[in-house]
Amino acid sequence: MQLVLEKRTERSNTIALVSPLVAIGLTIVTMTILFAVLGKNPLLALHAYFIAPLTDSYSLQEIAVKATPLVMIAIGLALCYIANAWNIGAEGQFLIGAVAGSWIAVKTQGTDAGVWVLPAMLVLAAAAGALYALIPAICRVRFGASEILTSLMLVYVADLFLDYLVRGPWRDPNGFNFPTTAEFDSVATVPLLIEGGRLHLGSIIALLVVAAAAILLGRTIKGFEIRVVGAAPRAARFGGFNANQLIILTFAVSGALAGLAGIIEVAGPVGHLQPGISPGYGFTAIIVAFLGRLNPLGIFIAGLFLALTFIGGEQAQIAMKIPLDVTKVFQGILLFYVLACDSFILYRFKLVFPNRQVARGTG
Amino acid sequence: MELVEAIILSVLAASTPLLIAATGELVTERSGVLNLGVEGMMIVGAACGFAGAWLTGSIFIGALFGMVAGTLMSLIFALMALGLAVNQVATGLALTIFGIGLSGLIGAGFVGERITPAAHLAIPGLTEIPLIGRVLFGEDAFVYFSIVLIIGVWWFLYRTRAGLILRACGDNHVSAHALGYPVLRIRTFAVMFGGACAGLAGAYLPLAYTPFFIPGMTAGRGWIALALVVFASWRPGRLVVGAYLFGAVTILQLHAQGWGVGIPSQFMSALPYLATVIVLVLLSRARTGGSTAPAALGTVFVPDR
Repeated sequence: MQLVLEKRTERSNTIALVSPLVAIGLTIVTMTILFAVLGKNPLLALHAYFIAPLTDSYSLQEIAVKATPLVMIAIGLALCYIANAWNIGAEGQFLIGAVAGSWIAVKTQGTDAGVWVLPAMLVLAAAAGALYALIPAICRVRFGASEILTSLMLVYVADLFLDYLVRGPWRDPNGFNFPTTAEFDSVATVPLLIEGGRLHLGSIIALLVVAAAAILLGRTIKGFEIRVVGAAPRAARFGGFNANQLIILTFAVSGALAGLAGIIEVAGPVGHLQPGISPGYGFTAIIVAFLGRLNPLGIFIAGLFLALTFIGGEQAQIAMKIPLDVTKVFQGILLFYVLACDSFILYRFKLVFPNRQVARGTG
Repeated sequence: MELVEAIILSVLAASTPLLIAATGELVTERSGVLNLGVEGMMIVGAACGFAGAWLTGSIFIGALFGMVAGTLMSLIFALMALGLAVNQVATGLALTIFGIGLSGLIGAGFVGERITPAAHLAIPGLTEIPLIGRVLFGEDAFVYFSIVLIIGVWWFLYRTRAGLILRACGDNHVSAHALGYPVLRIRTFAVMFGGACAGLAGAYLPLAYTPFFIPGMTAGRGWIALALVVFASWRPGRLVVGAYLFGAVTILQLHAQGWGVGIPSQFMSALPYLATVIVLVLLSRARTGGSTAPAALGTVFVPDR
């Protein structure tokens, strides 16, 4: 008796709907076991992770703040992945966007520059992120180099470049030698939505991005081209769609969104440029994109959920001394389960009895 | 003279983890499977390898721990990508994200601890020969093993029937299946071999390269190993050249930092990563008339019955 995979005659819409929920359920079961292994009370730990952050206004706002970069980056990545272009260097594009936008903030510091500063920062950050993402895209289209490896390598380069700037030319002279720029001026800061709260304008921008992506993918010819190039490259060629052009386009858009997310994070919740501005948003966004099944609305929900795990992870660390790495393990396991459950949209298990089949075949 | 010897020694040391990890990935990819989780398997191998050596006091057992950990990680990949026909790129990324978290969890208790690093060979009379003595006869066991490994893989792939079958699976899984070869089983073994090598390569870092464990100590070496396989056009001979070349770039930037060249250290540290990008571009460009990659690389295979 053997368990084998068999292709379904048509994709199962029921499983497409329930699969993310099953994946989350399985992840929670696995985490319960992991907490028990770590010697923590699983129920208390799960409460700290998933319930506690939902019970006070500060944490709720913090979830929205964390979800903002995740959703923005994941929307861009989803466009790439739908077109079958693998941008996994969003972390680098995020950092380069943060650096480029900070350049204006640093240069105008202490001057009487007006309200144009923040808009200029956002535009420059998006442009820089797009240009940085174009490097792997052009290497792929022009020279056939794997965009997976080149985009990932550029993450390390961006990280080192940021490190150089805040330890060298941009270091705050009054910063006690800490590797950070001076605190940005108020004209270079993303305004808060609620006075004294955490929620900032960036979350509104993220919502607009979600809406724009939903329209692009669902209602425009470009969106249709992106989907066809990814799902049926041969059909796309016959249809006269230029696959290379779409790779360039999706990389540029995702780079721009990652760059924008980068400057919003720096000019918003962080307030200055320093190393470690991202707890791996660029990589977590990959999980968000898949959990949200590459669909803008799905990504919005998935972004909120993964932001919850970040906040929950921090609270669990403070309250129960659970190491922060548990959050990364959690996110990795979640991605495994999401991918595994999604497999059953297209396939199903079948029991086969090899011996009997052979017997029938010969007899 | 002594400086030249020191540089060669450090290049060998820096190249060895790249060579071991890339050798494993080469076999995996030759069977038609693209496992992007090398970085994740390496870092878990590093954490488990250090834990094993610290607990038992034996470098050998540490290395075994690393290999077993890498193999177990690769089994998760095999279950997903081969058993459930999940997209290999996405699964590999998941493996890396998971591995980085898991290694932090395992290694947390060992940060700050030190062990005695792997012993170096010492043959009286031979190891003292100037210039080549320590290079040839004064390395640690990992360095010698990496050479044996790559020669063994070359012999296996090109001189044995099993190697031919493995390459057939990588080039055309439908034909291999039609001929009656168990494609998925062969690929599973290839993935496990890749995992064991990545785990060992990771374990090399805290057991021989630096005698302690720090989270994230693989620092992208798994990704560079993946690039090396492309660089080598999936051939073992070129892999050796590539690995030592990259080791040399790593060491070059370290020495340049030491000599106080007026370039910021971060720019020098970025060199190996930039070199990878440039090499990938130059190489992909040089290849005209089709790719040298295994034809079925990264494609899903579900046997029809």
